[in-house]
Amino acid sequence: MLIAQNIGFAIIAAIMIVGAIRVVTTSNVVHGALWLVVVLAGAAAQYVLLAAEFVAVTQVLVYIGAVMVLFLFGTMLTRSRIGRDSGLNNTYWKMGIPVALALFAAMAIALIDSFGSEKMPSDGSIVNTQQISDQIFGPYLLPFWALSFVLLAAVIGAIVLARKD
Amino acid sequence: MNALLSIDIPYWGQSLLRVLGGLVAVLLPAGTIVYVFLFKMMSFMQSRLGPMEAGPQGSLQLFAEVGKWLQKEDIQPTNADKPVFKMAPIIVLMSTFLLVVVVPFGPDAWFTDLETGIFYALAVSSISVLGILMAGWSSANKYSLLGGLRAAGQLIAYELPMVLAVMGVVIQAGTMNLQQIVVAQNAGSMFGIDTFGNPYVITQFVGFIVFMIAIQAELTQAPFDMPIAESELVSGYMTEYSGFRFLIFFIGEFATAGVFAMIASTLFLGGWGVPFAWFGWTSMDSVSNWMNVAGPLIVFTKMMVLTFLIMWVRFTYPRFREDQLQRFAWKILIPVSLANIMLTAVLKVMF
Repeated sequence: MLIAQNIGFAIIAAIMIVGAIRVVTTSNVVHGALWLVVVLAGAAAQYVLLAAEFVAVTQVLVYIGAVMVLFLFGTMLTRSRIGRDSGLNNTYWKMGIPVALALFAAMAIALIDSFGSEKMPSDGSIVNTQQISDQIFGPYLLPFWALSFVLLAAVIGAIVLARKD
Repeated sequence: MNALLSIDIPYWGQSLLRVLGGLVAVLLPAGTIVYVFLFKMMSFMQSRLGPMEAGPQGSLQLFAEVGKWLQKEDIQPTNADKPVFKMAPIIVLMSTFLLVVVVPFGPDAWFTDLETGIFYALAVSSISVLGILMAGWSSANKYSLLGGLRAAGQLIAYELPMVLAVMGVVIQAGTMNLQQIVVAQNAGSMFGIDTFGNPYVITQFVGFIVFMIAIQAELTQAPFDMPIAESELVSGYMTEYSGFRFLIFFIGEFATAGVFAMIASTLFLGGWGVPFAWFGWTSMDSVSNWMNVAGPLIVFTKMMVLTFLIMWVRFTYPRFREDQLQRFAWKILIPVSLANIMLTAVLKVMF
């Protein structure tokens, strides 16, 4: 049935896991950010496997094209040392382990609870961009507006914080 | 290429053809642009002859240059971050190759027919910023780092007007698929006259101007070449690169110029098509097969016209200052393109 997709999923997932581990274990901030690019690109590739073309392209545009570039821009502008950095680890890093496990458990329960053993339809019922926009500007118009107000507030807040006078 | 000239080609053959076609679609425009515009037109505008020795009118100069770069020593700074340093030019060139796959060259001559076409193109074009930042940082050199940071700031600032300028076309065509945008322009009509189709360069003239300015900045061509600014930063993020790594950056720069010009011609000049009324075609299905051969030539011609504009501006205007550049993007281009979107949307609803 979907053997090729499953093999592709496994390969990309393996790359993403290696990338994610390297993000936190590498001893250089910029290398960490670059490994994060690998993880995010892997997520985009998984969306392609799920036939979610629009989401995949948005992932590339927003996360790789904008967020990661800003990350790199910021780290290079402030602490752009080449080679090993010392003292990158926060002393409370062990606290992160239970938090990560709890998050994983919560997501796993939510996913299994809502989808169970349901499977992706393997026929051509692909959601296209037009359907997504019909959904956003139809039944989900109000949440969409709410989100854009949150973003607007964030933008204005950033300007207020950054202005010196 | 499914039914190119009505010959059935097996899947592996199609894939092979697509890879070869992609190489041609990237390298041929790059070489032509460098010879015709960078060597000959620039020399003409500066009252000199340019390369004349290699081949008739110096036409083989490009091969000599490529040979020179290939056999040069591959120098890497001692302090450089070697893996990142080596990867950076490849990422820049990769973004060019990812970009060319959505350009349609004919009714069946396309690499992929993505539904999100132009959205995808805008997304992958932003990957090259990563390569430039990596190059600037890993060179372990203050000039390179400054060049990389300038490039990132500039490319982020000009990506926005580019997206907004494209939005007008998308609203008017009602689709993001480049193939359908081409059909919408060539099958359309203006005031009931369909002799010229409806190229969006006329209805979306503001969008076209903003898009051309934005790609000039995305390509870091003068007057937007602060990231390379040879009088301030030696040569920006490319300072430490030599030999074939520099060659990759060089090919990437001009190939991306060609590919962006192809995308602009698809969006605004009708792409591979001729006005369908000339031959009595009405839709995509009625287009004759010979357009698969004529289409690439038409795209190539339109691309040369648009790159001529890009290069003309490049050789004519002096460099912006960093603050002027940012102000131009945020205070002029973005408001203008937003107004263009609003006007287009209102007119679209009215008619």
